[in-house]
Amino acid sequence: MMNPVEISDLTYAYGEGVLRREVLRDVDLRVAPGEIVLLTGPSGSGKTTLLTLAGALRAVQQGSCRVLGRELAGAREADRVALRRNIGFIFQNHNLLGFLSARQNVAMALELDGGTTDRGRLERAGEMLASVGLAEHAEKRPGQLSGGQRQRVAVARALVGSPGLVLADEPTAALDKASGQEVVHLLRDLARSRGAAILLVTHDPRILDVADRIVAMEDGRVVADGAARAVVG
Amino acid sequence: MNAITDLRGRVRDGAREAARPPGLLAASGLALRLAWRQLWSEKARLASAIAGVMFACVLVFMQLGFRAAPFESATTLIGAMRADLFLMNPMTLASFRPEPMARVRVSQALGVEAVQAAVPVYLAQSSFRNPETGRRRTIQLVGFDVEAGVLDLPGLAPLRDALKQPDSFAFDSRSRPEFGPVTQMFQERGAYPVQIGNREMRVVGTIEMGTSFGADGNAVLPEVNFQRVVREQPAVMVDLAAIRLKPGADLLQAQAALRAVLPPDVAVLTQAQLRAHERRYWEEGTPIGFIFTFGSLMGLIVGMVIVYQILFSDIAGHLKEYATLKAMGYSNGHLSRVVLGAAVVLAFLGFVPGVVASAVLYGVVADATFLPLHMTGGRALAVFGMIFAMCAAAGLLAMRKLRDANPADMF
Repeated sequence: MMNPVEISDLTYAYGEGVLRREVLRDVDLRVAPGEIVLLTGPSGSGKTTLLTLAGALRAVQQGSCRVLGRELAGAREADRVALRRNIGFIFQNHNLLGFLSARQNVAMALELDGGTTDRGRLERAGEMLASVGLAEHAEKRPGQLSGGQRQRVAVARALVGSPGLVLADEPTAALDKASGQEVVHLLRDLARSRGAAILLVTHDPRILDVADRIVAMEDGRVVADGAARAVVG
Repeated sequence: MNAITDLRGRVRDGAREAARPPGLLAASGLALRLAWRQLWSEKARLASAIAGVMFACVLVFMQLGFRAAPFESATTLIGAMRADLFLMNPMTLASFRPEPMARVRVSQALGVEAVQAAVPVYLAQSSFRNPETGRRRTIQLVGFDVEAGVLDLPGLAPLRDALKQPDSFAFDSRSRPEFGPVTQMFQERGAYPVQIGNREMRVVGTIEMGTSFGADGNAVLPEVNFQRVVREQPAVMVDLAAIRLKPGADLLQAQAALRAVLPPDVAVLTQAQLRAHERRYWEEGTPIGFIFTFGSLMGLIVGMVIVYQILFSDIAGHLKEYATLKAMGYSNGHLSRVVLGAAVVLAFLGFVPGVVASAVLYGVVADATFLPLHMTGGRALAVFGMIFAMCAAAGLLAMRKLRDANPADMF
């Protein structure tokens, strides 16, 4: 079975000429199916850039980046956009559409699938919200929910389309300890039950326990990669 | 449970084929729905956007109405003269300032087989003394042989006998009110004297013609009476000739026959051609058309700026959400359709109250100015096209802001 993420010799730089600044240098990274990988490191270490490249949000400059079996080096914009439909994204902020209910927000992730009906989408969205414990809040607007609840809606939105890969960027940054824990554990459990791999960027030491593997980065290089215990220890 | 296992199976493949995206129509429908939900969620903003479009709509309708009114009214005099063909001095620019032609041409026209009758028409402007206040005002005099039955003005037929009396005339009841309550006084006391030019004439009845840009009011009188008022015009020089054809005669053949018989110092025109000629003078010889076209354009630009502002601030205020949608796999094209959808919704919602308000305003303005302002289907359609284009242009401009929603900057 192929790995959802297979990155080798990936180099990425911002700017041109004398302003050129490499943020990733010959990075290798693999994420196995169903695996939960945490990406840590000081700010500026390139972990966020790595996440955007794996999420097909940026064009690959050098090296190889295969995501869900697609080579992204040299991929067209339209191909990258299409690939993103199979990736679930969770951001620092929930970024839910304020004018839609929680359920409609989750259903937005399904609207790009032409084989679905509006009713079917809303049903699946409702089930997904129930599995993140928000069944009774499905019709509320994001503005009527707490921070933790909103991030759980975002988790539901990321997972409702059964993505092969979930990318999360500091999903607990805006949350207190309890709701942060709750959100990542939900994310882990749901992804496990669906067989989706997770690549999660975080600074938050409180959530390291969810990981199967932790990858530490510094100055655009992977400096440690191993089982959670080993790297943290 | 089965469903979940099935999904898992698909995901396990890793390289699950991307789900087939919805068709263009379905996607546009979804985009339109999203646009509508976004607009509807902020009702104050929606109301101001609709008001903006409506404002532009009313402005354009009024400008177009004002633009068309003089052209339409310019031909009232000609339009009221019901005859098949007309002879005119080709030098005449407009009926209110006619160049005379020889009366003998009218008799020559009778030589053509298809012609049943031909009457000379005298046109002149004179002053009319308001019977109530005594103030003078310029009136259009139309003199012709009323008994010949060639010019068929509404209300004229019953007055034929009355107009045989010396110094009698028929007053246009649709003249501007500045001429005084002429019609009302006639209904109250019957025929009574009024001064036209330097002569005392008698109102013996009313007909209906309507005002035009060149004339605030009209008086119809037999040619003998006309010559009594307008002494400087010799009877052998006429301003227009109206021709009635024999029943069943072909209009264009008769026109060609007349053209062949008559010398080039007269033009042979159908009524439609005469109207067009009259209209052309006002369209080309005056800046009216340009002024109101310019006014319409200004209205559209103001409306476009308002709609653009609304759409732009919608995007700018939700850049993160738009970027998130892009990260989720929404293409720039789909989001552009959302913006364009919002523009189209605003076009519809602004046009409907706009066309109603304009129709009401047309009535108000028409009553005040006596200009022919009507809401026509063609004009409504044209304005809708303009408003639609205006909103679409605003949407296309606002769409550029979507590029700033870059999902890579979201992390």
